[in-house]
Amino acid sequence: MSATSARPSHAAQPSGSAFILKKALISAAVALVLFSLMIGIRTEAGPQGGLIYWTRFGDLAALVGTVFGGSIIIELLRQWWGPVDKEHIVPKPVQAAMSFAGRWLAPALLVFAFLVPVIFYNQRYILDLSILVLTYVMLGWGLNVVVGLAGLLDLGYVAFYAVGAYSYALLATNFGLSFWVCLPLAGILAAFWGVLLGFPVLRLRGDYLAIVTLAFGEIIRLVIINWQSLTGGPNGVSGIPRPTLFGIPLDNSDDGLAAKLGIDFSPTHRIVFLFYLILAMALLTNWVTIRLRRLPIGRAWEALREDEVACRALGINVTTTKLTAFATGAMFGGFAGAFFATRQGFISPESFTFQESALVLAIVVLGGMGSQLGVALAALTMIGGFELFRGFDQYRMLVFGIAMVLLMIWRPRGLIGHRAPTVFLERNQAISSDLVKEGHG
Amino acid sequence: MSGDPILTVDRLMMRFGGIVAVNELSFTAERRKITALIGPNGAGKTTVFNCITGFYRPSGGAIRLTNDDGRTMQLERLGDFRITKQAKVARTFQNIRLFPGMTALENLMVAQHNALMRASGLTLLGLIGAPSWRAAEERAIELARTWLDRVGLLSRADDAAGNLAYGDQRRLEIARAMCTEPVLLCLDEPAAGLNARESGGLNELLLSIRNEQGTSILLIEHDMSVVMEISDHVVVMDYGVKIAEGSPQAVRDDPKVIAAYLGADEEEAIAVMESGT
Ligand SMILES: Nc1ncnc2c1ncn2[C@@H]1O[C@H](COP(=O)(O)OP(=O)(O)OP(=O)(O)O)[C@@H](O)[C@H]1O
Ligand SMILES: [Mg+2]
Repeated sequence: MSATSARPSHAAQPSGSAFILKKALISAAVALVLFSLMIGIRTEAGPQGGLIYWTRFGDLAALVGTVFGGSIIIELLRQWWGPVDKEHIVPKPVQAAMSFAGRWLAPALLVFAFLVPVIFYNQRYILDLSILVLTYVMLGWGLNVVVGLAGLLDLGYVAFYAVGAYSYALLATNFGLSFWVCLPLAGILAAFWGVLLGFPVLRLRGDYLAIVTLAFGEIIRLVIINWQSLTGGPNGVSGIPRPTLFGIPLDNSDDGLAAKLGIDFSPTHRIVFLFYLILAMALLTNWVTIRLRRLPIGRAWEALREDEVACRALGINVTTTKLTAFATGAMFGGFAGAFFATRQGFISPESFTFQESALVLAIVVLGGMGSQLGVALAALTMIGGFELFRGFDQYRMLVFGIAMVLLMIWRPRGLIGHRAPTVFLERNQAISSDLVKEGHG
Repeated sequence: MSGDPILTVDRLMMRFGGIVAVNELSFTAERRKITALIGPNGAGKTTVFNCITGFYRPSGGAIRLTNDDGRTMQLERLGDFRITKQAKVARTFQNIRLFPGMTALENLMVAQHNALMRASGLTLLGLIGAPSWRAAEERAIELARTWLDRVGLLSRADDAAGNLAYGDQRRLEIARAMCTEPVLLCLDEPAAGLNARESGGLNELLLSIRNEQGTSILLIEHDMSVVMEISDHVVVMDYGVKIAEGSPQAVRDDPKVIAAYLGADEEEAIAVMESGT
């Protein structure tokens, strides 16, 4: 009974084949009106300066036909695939295949990730790209704590990435501290800035929170640009030390790793090392997040996203809960920043623009807010996809815009929209995304 | 009125701009008793609750909570989440406020946040999976299971709260409030929207909470069958002031109460008058 009463909207959703045909016909009619002038008739200045025109009814018919067929296909896809608040009419075998994929996808991806340096050892480009993807996976997982779990819309996440990167860069170049000492420091400093950002935005919600966090990201960037004496301003910081394997450098010097192991030096060693480093850091982020979700603090974050007033009525300190979410997310961003600095060897404010924040947020939203696997998949598609289209530079943004709009139509709650409960008595069943709140701010 | 009050509301004032929602209201709620707060729509009952539970800061007056060990706390100074955390006052809402995307069990786990937070060593012990934390978590699940059983929702433990039927959500919200282990439970219209059978079950649940847990209950209710059957003491409000108080029978026969309900809503007045016969 509850299942039907909780979803009263379904009866109103039309779906029959008559509806699909009608919709396709309307689309085709609109296309006919639009294209008859744009494509059906073509005009040009003739050789004598007069206007000549000719008709292209064949092309017109083809286009209208495409719109008609496409509309039917899209409508069918929509009904099979979601939007998630619709009754699914996915055929049983497809459903079984999808749940099988769901169960094995994460372990398969993990195994594949571990094997990437083995498979692509000689393909430097792929290795570099994998490192980039993993960096964004880690950033996505970090931001997921703030946006996905606590439901606080943060548009300035790149600030913490920058704080982490500059912390490592400055500590290493000025005081000669090693990467392994600086890594926790970078995380702590970023977390500290996360709390600082948290305080003024505690009372803000939704759009206001988004605007202030956006401004915070810009402020950090502007401070970095203008505080020339410390940060080198727009020139950035160069000569950042490369990471070492617990003190053993990965270069071709006499006490480098290659010499110690008695193998020939190859620059790929360092790339492979960086790959496993970021993989380990990302997996640590993932592990901690999964763990935190099952602890009272993580449950409080999710409860905060669901209903802040109810949280207060249960004696939960909303202030500290929000601040810990900001701090935790920022800390992971700081770690990722330190990694970025050591990988690049050079950082400048240009790497920390709003575009980065937007990209990471897009990854989180696209992946399905709160879903770890979804975020990883989204990072892979977004960053990997970006690279795939590098050849067609002009169309890259266009294609991505369209792809994102389509995805948001079909899967408005992201690739993986449902929520897994953190504790259960008998059945560990996923919670449909139409019940899960997105948070108010 | 013999004297072991758990809650003393003393000349409580609540103004919203020009509106005086609660005007010099004084009453007490006895320990281990069910006190009902009734009155026509807009009388200011929910506003009183919001003052007691720290959602509003009163414009004047005092709200005193006396613990079982005799210590008193001024709730109007405590404010916000501390009222539940330190003074152990829990509440439910007139329009249910569960965490709809979390399971029934998770809802009850969130309610034990403060106890679990301490047990998890502010997360650190929990992160490394210390045995003491594991044991505490087990106990918390056990408490949640007990309450799910008491409200008859054990079989729905792993279902999303938002998927439960209306009556089930009402009971789950009471269970969630009880998981904070309160000394005073404030219920804002718990019987609203329940059918006769469900509200009968609610009566039993509230009586058992009073008798077994020894929790004092403060109850806002329009359903007179519930008020008359289970409350030990009734306070009647209209336009922000107290117009009567006493035993359910005494209040029911009070001409001022009947007049207040008649002025407000004929059906409710008839309900008040008929509930005794
Ligand atoms: N936040 C607020 N701002 C302004 N006015 C308010 C506010 N909260 C309550 N009021 C006003 O205070 C009065 C009492 O409202 P309240 O909700 O306490 O009534 P109630 O007794 O709970 O009624 P009901 O039985 O309908 O729930 C109403 O006139 C209401 O408009
Ligand atoms: Mg009310």
